Amino acid sequence: MDSAFCPPRTDVFPAGLRVLVVDDDPTWLKILEKMLKKCLYEVTICGLARDALNLLRERKDGYDIVISDVNMPDMDGFKLLELVGLEMDLPVIMMSVDGETSRVMKGVQHGACDYLLKPIRMKELRNIWQHVFRKKINEVRDIESHESIDDFQIMRNGPEQSDDGYLVSGDPTSVKKRKDTENKHDDRDHCDPSSVKKARVVWSVDLHQKFVRAVNQIGFDKVGPKKILDLMNVPWLTRENVASHLQKYRLYLSRLQKEDDLKTSCGGIKHSDLSPKDSTGSFGLSNLTNMHQNDAANSGYGFSGNKKLVQSIDIDPKVQEGDLKGIISLPRTEQKKMLTGEASDPQKARSSQMGFNDSFGSIEQDVNYAAFDSSISAQYSWSGEKVPEAQFQEEHRPSVQLETSFNQLPVPGPQHHIQVDCLQPTLPPISPGSSRKERDKASPAKIKPLYASYDSHHVSNVSSAGSEIDLFSVQSKCQMVNPQAFEPISNITLNMRNQGHNQSGVNDLESFQRNLISGSGSALESLEDLQVHWLQGDCNPMNLGLRNIEFSDYHDQKLITEVPFHLYDPLKLDYEYLSDLTEYPIMDQGLFIA
Amino acid sequence: MERNPLQRQVAYMRRSLFDQGYLDEQFVQLEDLQDDANPNFVEEIVTLFYTDSARLIHNIEQALESRPLDFIRLDDYMHQFKGSSSSIGAKKVKNECTQFREHCSARSAEGCVRTFQQVKQEHTILRRKLETYFQLARQAGLAN
Repeated sequence: MDSAFCPPRTDVFPAGLRVLVVDDDPTWLKILEKMLKKCLYEVTICGLARDALNLLRERKDGYDIVISDVNMPDMDGFKLLELVGLEMDLPVIMMSVDGETSRVMKGVQHGACDYLLKPIRMKELRNIWQHVFRKKINEVRDIESHESIDDFQIMRNGPEQSDDGYLVSGDPTSVKKRKDTENKHDDRDHCDPSSVKKARVVWSVDLHQKFVRAVNQIGFDKVGPKKILDLMNVPWLTRENVASHLQKYRLYLSRLQKEDDLKTSCGGIKHSDLSPKDSTGSFGLSNLTNMHQNDAANSGYGFSGNKKLVQSIDIDPKVQEGDLKGIISLPRTEQKKMLTGEASDPQKARSSQMGFNDSFGSIEQDVNYAAFDSSISAQYSWSGEKVPEAQFQEEHRPSVQLETSFNQLPVPGPQHHIQVDCLQPTLPPISPGSSRKERDKASPAKIKPLYASYDSHHVSNVSSAGSEIDLFSVQSKCQMVNPQAFEPISNITLNMRNQGHNQSGVNDLESFQRNLISGSGSALESLEDLQVHWLQGDCNPMNLGLRNIEFSDYHDQKLITEVPFHLYDPLKLDYEYLSDLTEYPIMDQGLFIA
Repeated sequence: MERNPLQRQVAYMRRSLFDQGYLDEQFVQLEDLQDDANPNFVEEIVTLFYTDSARLIHNIEQALESRPLDFIRLDDYMHQFKGSSSSIGAKKVKNECTQFREHCSARSAEGCVRTFQQVKQEHTILRRKLETYFQLARQAGLAN
C-alpha cells in the first residue's frame, strides 16, 4: 500500500489517472491492479478500508478516484464510500459480486458514481476516468457561474502551475481552488504547485463547522445551498460546493435514520423525546457554536474522531455478533500503538481538537458496544450530551458546561482530559472512572441518544455509582418520547443489544480514546467518522469495555449527534431536566419510563 | 499457433476446461492480462487464489462446526469465497457457492453441510486440473 505521490499526467489524460483500489480479496486486488495498469493508470492497492482512508487523508490530493469493494471485514464499503465522499470529495466506484438491485441502489444512494459487478472486465475499468472528468467539469461549471471575471483573467495570464490539465477550462478551477487552498486548507500541499491540481474543496473541520452552524441557523427543514452559502460567508466557496456537501450530509443523516428504522424493533421505544435540539451529534463542535437549534445535521458531522481509530473501530451494522469481536479487536492494536505515541505528549493532545473529538468518538464507539442490559457501570460523559444542554441554554454557556463537565469527568486516560480542555466545542472526555456525582454535575453528558429504551433497571442505575450503561437498554421497556429522535439511538442500542459482550471493549475504548487524542486530521472529520461508525454499528456490546466508564443515566442526554436536527424537539423536555442535574435520575425515570 | 504436440495438448486441455464448464470468461481475461511484464500472471493469480481460499474454507469449516449454525456468517463467508472464485473464473466452484448460499437463506444446516462438501470438491478438482495445465504449458513453452 505504498505509493509514491504522483501527480497525474494531465497531458495524456486519462492516462496517469491516480486510482486507489480497496479490496480485502488479495486475488482481486492483484487482478485489478494489473488491469488498471494496462489502462495506463497509476494504481495503488489497499487491502483494508482504514488503510485506504489513511492514505487518502495523508495525501489529500493524491488520488483521483477510488474503487472499493462493498464487503470488507474492517469497514463497510458503503461507509467508506460516504467518508471518502464527505472528506475528500472523490468519485468512488463500488464493486461487488452481488448485483442485487437493492445493493446497487444503496451504493448509488451513498454516493457511488458507479457500481461494478465482479468479475470485472477490463473495458469497464477503462472508462472510469469519465467520473473524474465529470466531477471536474461540474466544479468548473460551478465556479464559472459564480466566479468573477478575475479568475479568468488570472487564467489568461497563465497561472504558472496550472496542472489541471484534465479540463481545458480547468484553470479557473485551479486558480480559484488554489487560492482556497492557500487560504483555507493548510493540509494542502502548497509547496508543490504541480500537486495543487484538482480544485477540490476539502471540507475541513472549520468549514464543516460553519456549514453545520449555518444549517442549524436556517433550520434543517428550510435549508438550501444558497442560504447556507450566504450564512457561511466563505468567499471562495461556491453554491455548488455547498449543494453537494449538503446532499451528502442529508444522505448521511437519512442513513442514520434508516438504520434506526431498521433496528428499532423494540416495542415501546418512542423516540419522541429525542429532541432535535440535541444536535450534540456534532459533538459540540458545531453545536456549541450553534446554540439556536439542535443540529441534527451536525450530529453526524460534528464528530470527527481520530480517523485512524475511527476507521479501525468502524462497526459495520451488518456485522453480526461474532464479527464485531473481530472487528473490535482489530483496531485495538492499532490504537494501542497510537496511544503510546500520544501518551507522552499530553500537551499536544490538549491542543488537538482532534483528540477531543476522537475521544468523543471513541466514546460513542464504546457506547455502541455496550450491551443494553449490561451491567456496565460506565459513566459516560459525553460532550455531545453537553451540547444539547448548551443548546437549551441558548448558548449562554456551552463552553462553560463543557469545561465543567470536562474537569469533572473522569477520563479514561490522561490524554482525554487534556484534550477536552483545549477544545472549545469539545466533548467532555470520557471518564471511565468518574463518579456519577461528578458526572451529574459536570453536565448531562450522557449518551442520550443511545438510550432508546430505558428500563427500570436503568433507573436504578442512576442512583448507583455503578450504573449500567443505560444507553444500551434499548431492549427494555422504556420508551423514548421521541420516536424519531431515538431512531438513531435505538439503532445503536439495538445494535448493541444484539451483540455479545465484548471483552475487548474496555481496552478498545481506552486505546481508542487515546488514539483519538493523538488526533490526526481534523476533529470534525474524525467526529464524523466516529459518528458514522457509531451509528452504523452493530457493535459488540462492550460490557467490559464500559466498565470503567460511567454512563450517565440521562437518557435524555442525547446522543444528539445522531438525532437528526428536526427530531430534537423532545429534547426540550430534557433541557428542563438538564438544568437540575441532581434530579436527573428521577427525571430520567419519569422521562423514559413510559 | 500450435507448433508442437505439447502445445497442441495444452490448447486442447485449455479448450476442454472451458467446454466442461470448469472455467469461464474471466479466465480469458486473466490470460489477456498476461504480458511481458507479467509472463506468468495467470498462474500467479491462480496460486494466490488457492492460498487465500484455503483460509476462507477454513473459516467456513469452523463456522459449520458451531452450534447453532450462524447462517448469516456462513453466508457472509461464502459470499467472500464466491467473490474470490469469480476472480479466476472458477465456474463450477461458483455455482456450488450459490447453492450453498441458498441453503443459508433457507437455514438448512443439512443443505449447507452437504453443499459445502461439493464446494470443496469442485475447488480441489479445479486446482488439480489447473496445476496439470500450467505444468503442461510450461513444458510446452520450454519445448518451444
